Amino acid sequence: MTAPAEAGTAAQPGNRPASRRPAGSRSGEDPGDGGRGGRRGERRLLRRERRARWDVKLAPYVFVSPFFLVFAVVGMFPLAYTGYLSLYDWDRLAYARGEFIGLDNFRWVLDDPLFTKSLVNTLSIFAMSSIPQVVIAVTVAALLDQQLRGSTFWRISVLLPFVVAPTAAVLIFGTLFSDRSGLVNELLNSVGLEPIRWHVERWWSHAAISSMVNWRWTGYNALIFLAAMQAVPREVYESASLDGAGRVRQLFHITLPMIRPTVIFVIVTTTIGGLQIFTEPRLFDDTAQREGGADHQYMTMTLYVYVKGIEDQFYGRASAAAWLLFLFIITIVLANYAATRWLTRRRAL
Amino acid sequence: MIKKTSRGISRPGLGVAATLALAMTLAACGGSGGDPGESAEQDTLATGETLTITTFGEFGYDALIEEWNAEHPDVQVEQTKVSLWDDWKNELNTNLQANAGLPDIVAIEGDFMPAIVAAPDRWVDLSDEDVEGRWLEFKQEAATAADGQMLGYPTDAGPEAFCYRADLFEEAGLPSDREEVAKLMTTWDDYYALGEQFTAASDAAWYDSSGSIAQAMLNQVPNPFEREDGTVDVENEGLQEVWATVTANAETLSTRNKQWNPDWEAAFKKDGFATIPCPGWMRSNIRDNQGKLQDGVVWDIADVFPGGGGNWGGSFLAVPKTSTHQGPAQEFLEWLTAPEQQLRVFAELGNFPSQVEALESPELQGTTDPYFNDAPVGEIYINRAEAIDVQPFQGPLYSDILGKFQAAVDRVDEGSATPDESWKTFLADVDSLQ
Repeated sequence: MTAPAEAGTAAQPGNRPASRRPAGSRSGEDPGDGGRGGRRGERRLLRRERRARWDVKLAPYVFVSPFFLVFAVVGMFPLAYTGYLSLYDWDRLAYARGEFIGLDNFRWVLDDPLFTKSLVNTLSIFAMSSIPQVVIAVTVAALLDQQLRGSTFWRISVLLPFVVAPTAAVLIFGTLFSDRSGLVNELLNSVGLEPIRWHVERWWSHAAISSMVNWRWTGYNALIFLAAMQAVPREVYESASLDGAGRVRQLFHITLPMIRPTVIFVIVTTTIGGLQIFTEPRLFDDTAQREGGADHQYMTMTLYVYVKGIEDQFYGRASAAAWLLFLFIITIVLANYAATRWLTRRRAL
Repeated sequence: MIKKTSRGISRPGLGVAATLALAMTLAACGGSGGDPGESAEQDTLATGETLTITTFGEFGYDALIEEWNAEHPDVQVEQTKVSLWDDWKNELNTNLQANAGLPDIVAIEGDFMPAIVAAPDRWVDLSDEDVEGRWLEFKQEAATAADGQMLGYPTDAGPEAFCYRADLFEEAGLPSDREEVAKLMTTWDDYYALGEQFTAASDAAWYDSSGSIAQAMLNQVPNPFEREDGTVDVENEGLQEVWATVTANAETLSTRNKQWNPDWEAAFKKDGFATIPCPGWMRSNIRDNQGKLQDGVVWDIADVFPGGGGNWGGSFLAVPKTSTHQGPAQEFLEWLTAPEQQLRVFAELGNFPSQVEALESPELQGTTDPYFNDAPVGEIYINRAEAIDVQPFQGPLYSDILGKFQAAVDRVDEGSATPDESWKTFLADVDSLQ
């Protein structure tokens, strides 16, 4: 906060045009009276000074504004427009918006057992992906943080799954997890286990989908953790070793507390991503209707929005569901943020 | 550190409030677009510009389009293929919703035609004296709106026969000759009884998927989902009977694979089943999934369909009003759906023509299919087309409800729900479409 202190009495330049600034400002002059002659040079100086001050104050806003402008168009507008559409019925046949029906769509969605089912599916897939993902990522990062031969090779290998296009990856996983002809089941068979019907059994389908998510994101998160870990001063570890702390203890009592902001960042982004999961269940789906399995075993909330909107052509209901998803994610993220802060702080003490 | 974070939030907070206000204003005026029923301004095809057409599955148009392009340097046609109809349907619906992004010509599955006929103002009227009487009457009717506009040109029809694995029949001790097989399945009761007999003597299932057999039976129900006035009624006797029969036999006779999924495709090569309802176009699916005939595999076609005849599928080509080249599009379609062209598709791929003249051609009548044990496919499918005595009534929601019905059958087939549970979900799904 540099600008306000310097601005002094000239506060809030944005609120009024400079030329009508009242007397008693820092220059002690009243430019509004239209001074002439010898005062012209002074005025020019004044203008330049003012411009410089404006520059300092406005420049940061101008520099960040592209983000907010783009965000307004691709973020805020859709958000608001979705809210607007959620209040309308839909005339499917005519492909047109129907009548204003207030909050009926929200009521409809909340009453829909399918919505509840998709909510449970989302939470289940989220738990099966996010938790192992963060735990494994921290472990991998801690291992990569040691003195390894060919460390670049290991780091790049960890990131490789992230480079593969998700669609391609899911198609491959989909074949691996085929109910009858899949490789995973062939393997299970060869060690004498019963094959699993990955697209039929609800919780197994979540496990299969989570494995795709984990495969893709663990390495990426590990590298973020690694970057943070490398900023931890080595002397701290040295003295900890001298005090007799083992590797595991160092991880929990030095590394994790010291990379707390990174942990929070990763957990928040993973939460948002995990709750919005779409590509994996959508492409994993082997039914023609694409509704997250014939019995909606793996229909996530985003898939629900997709089915209600794109497939069933009720954009009002889809918009209502999208808004509910939005509120739901915000709640979870805030809860998660609070929990993570609390947990890592206690560790630090 | 805490301070820094909280400041970081408050500033965008202001921005959020401001943009929200802006977005609200934008949203308020966002609803009113131009009239979607109005035709786009017409334009000539510039050099390098092409007439675009999107088809699904395999229409067999590659060679034909190439030929057209060679003869018409001014009207170059470019085809996009989507593999599954259901996926293309979603994209089509989305584009119609946005009233933008559609190609000049779209392929439409027959089941979806009623929805288009019910809301005709997005489509170009293609009626033309030159093509009058070109198609089978029921096909022409399916594409004609109440006010007489013709909204699509029929491509093929789907009279159903039964394709079967003669080698598996033989192994199970059943007659394998196509004429004898035909005599054994003239009614559905006979067909299911034969299935019991077959599965008792074989490891293979009787049919490819409960979904496909349900679809085949459904094509003989006069009012499967809707009454004549278009109101939805799924709790009718005809549908109940199909449902009860199919779900009761799922465990014993079906492969319990969902149609079109990878396991269903793999079942062809693995001797997974012995029979499959077989409209003309199904033959190319069999050929693709089975691959080269080896290890004694023999496919054959029986000139029979239990319970009379039935039509499964057959598509249409339509021109949306958003197209800026409606004239050339119609010209191209008149050529493409002409009997000569569709006969070539039949010879190459098996899609059975819906053009009267094509059906009378001696060329078609004499066609045999070497892949299917030299079955006289021309003759068989002409007979099957003549045997069709029921055209199910299809209202505007037919295609959507059919999707939900297939999911219901799939649930029972895969064992994720009992028939009763699945039926309840189906009723709820149908409700949610209204």
